[in-house]
Amino acid sequence: MKEALQALLGHPDLWLGDGRGAGAGRAALPTGFAALDALLPGGGWPAGAVTEILLSNEGIGEMRLLLPALVGLGDGRRIAWIDPPYLPYAPALAASGLRLSRVLVVYAGTNRDRLWAAELALRSGACGAVLAWPGECDDRSLRRLTLAAEKGGCLGLLFRPSLPAGRHSPAALRLRLAPSPRGVMVEVLKGRGRAGRSAEVPLARISHQGS
Amino acid sequence: MGNAGLFLTMLWLCLHLPRLPAEVFSRTGTVREPFVVAAGKGTRELVVVPSVGARSAGIRPGMALSAAHALARGLSVFQRDEVSEAAALARLAAWAGRFTPVVSLAPPREVVLEVAGSLRLFRGMENLVGKVEEGIRDLGYTAQVALAPTPLGAALLARARPGARVTGMERLTPELFAVPLDALDFPPDTLEALRGLGVGCLGDCLKLPRPGLDRRFGGELPRYLDRALGRHPDPRNPFVLPPRFEGRLPLLTEVSAAEPLLFAVRRLLLELEGYLEARGGGAGELRLTLSHREGRRTRIEVGLLSPSRDTGRLLGLLRERLCRTRIPEPVSAVGLSVETVLPLAPANRELWKEPARQVSEAWPELLERLRARLGDAAVQGLRPAAEHRPERAFVLMEPERGDEPILPSLRFGRRPLWLLPRPAPLERKELTLLTGPERIEAGWWDGEDVRRDYFVAEDSRGARLWIFRERGGKRGWYLHGIFG
Repeated sequence: MKEALQALLGHPDLWLGDGRGAGAGRAALPTGFAALDALLPGGGWPAGAVTEILLSNEGIGEMRLLLPALVGLGDGRRIAWIDPPYLPYAPALAASGLRLSRVLVVYAGTNRDRLWAAELALRSGACGAVLAWPGECDDRSLRRLTLAAEKGGCLGLLFRPSLPAGRHSPAALRLRLAPSPRGVMVEVLKGRGRAGRSAEVPLARISHQGS
Repeated sequence: MGNAGLFLTMLWLCLHLPRLPAEVFSRTGTVREPFVVAAGKGTRELVVVPSVGARSAGIRPGMALSAAHALARGLSVFQRDEVSEAAALARLAAWAGRFTPVVSLAPPREVVLEVAGSLRLFRGMENLVGKVEEGIRDLGYTAQVALAPTPLGAALLARARPGARVTGMERLTPELFAVPLDALDFPPDTLEALRGLGVGCLGDCLKLPRPGLDRRFGGELPRYLDRALGRHPDPRNPFVLPPRFEGRLPLLTEVSAAEPLLFAVRRLLLELEGYLEARGGGAGELRLTLSHREGRRTRIEVGLLSPSRDTGRLLGLLRERLCRTRIPEPVSAVGLSVETVLPLAPANRELWKEPARQVSEAWPELLERLRARLGDAAVQGLRPAAEHRPERAFVLMEPERGDEPILPSLRFGRRPLWLLPRPAPLERKELTLLTGPERIEAGWWDGEDVRRDYFVAEDSRGARLWIFRERGGKRGWYLHGIFG
């Protein structure tokens, strides 16, 4: 009986009145990569929370790492891209199985508007995932984004240059990505019980014959 | 008692607004204490209602204005504005339509609601009264509330014994007994005559022999008492909801900042919410009018993607818009109007308050707010296009609710997830070519032809790049995408 109740309370679709239900907190979305699922606390990307992804530079596989989870968000909610560094390329997104009608690209311009738009989208309940590239983002802003992600039950992904790695972070999960011969090396800088661990996540080779 | 049965199933709630003449000014949030509302001319100018601050300085209704000035330094005086009071009362009646379809105006300071049919919907009398009182406070009014089986009974209790709840006809007469004469709607000379007879309260009136009362006061006073007690029918004209909403609040201190404006706007939005709920619909478009001096106006129109009456959502929209709008000069009044009421699914209102709101509601709101602050062009959707030229294989467009069109599928190689806005010239020697080439030759038919060989390459930092070698025109290597 107690187990059944726990299972019910832990169901990601269940909202508890006090906002502390599983859906608001720590449900995990499978990443689509066994090595990454094994590495991350909870076995996937934390929904209803913010994940910081630190990159030395763009293009090392960070999007390919995320795409299976984004494709797998099956509840009809949108995926917001707030001030991405380049154009998300429609043919490639469509080829990977992402439904483009769910993609929302927001060009905020200033960092203030960027954080505002990210918070709004995270909180709205309309988005299953929000990808944001904030320039400056202090702890207070990050905490606000975390609360918004929790309220909206949204997967928040913040891409940041790898500079602030040493600092404390209010985000639930902080990862550092580095290129590796077969794919991407993912290191957990912060994450329940997993800090300090890392794993190589193999990515499909890019060839002109398609994947 | 023959007609008493008619009223047995009725329950009237009276909203008595003792401070209405002052609150039509103070509810805009732009009035400084202490102030009084006065009426009359010259030396006969009397205080109608003192503000809270003026009251604590000892100023009372009916006091000469000169005496009031002596009691409070810096006292502001506003001329009583009965037109605004009547308009405010009418908007309050429209707002009250959210609680029951049977609402009636009882000027100058009352609205009565027949709520017997609403008790179940609002889960009991206390809940209903609580909601009414909370709503009234939010609108910026002070209300005395009482319930009784007759509208006049409810009104008399609201004036004299606010908080009274008389649900059964059998309790009505004893409960009304102690209502003082001042609460009755009679001219001062009639009340004076009654006092002369030793009458101090409604109960005393009832003890007087009926034929004597009739002789002395005509039929009017006995009939009035019978209506109050439910012994005589007291039909009320139902308030008819106006076809459009129009609210206006004068600001007594001119303001030019957004926040004080939004305070007044919120009050109007709360009225609108009640009105729209009474109409069973939502607004598709809001018009905000800011009045300046000499009849100049600033009009702000906001369209909604889906009809709504949610004050929080509408205020958020107007806030974004107001903060982006340059207000050319100080504002002396703010008006809000809605021309047409659009249908709204009745369940929406309940879902709206839930944390996990339905996506169908949350999505248009998100779009609206992003657009209101960032502009339409800053919010885009993506669609693929049937084109071989990489830079034309997609369109940025208005994000929609519908699904993407099904395009004829073009066969092409692996494409990067990031595309550069335009190809960037590149030094090839930094890169390692991984695969390629994929030859793309297209566009000769519209003069924007491309002739390129695309390769996947890796740079020294491990990024996978999509690059091409130009085969016609300007030769050389270009970066066009990043696999990300």
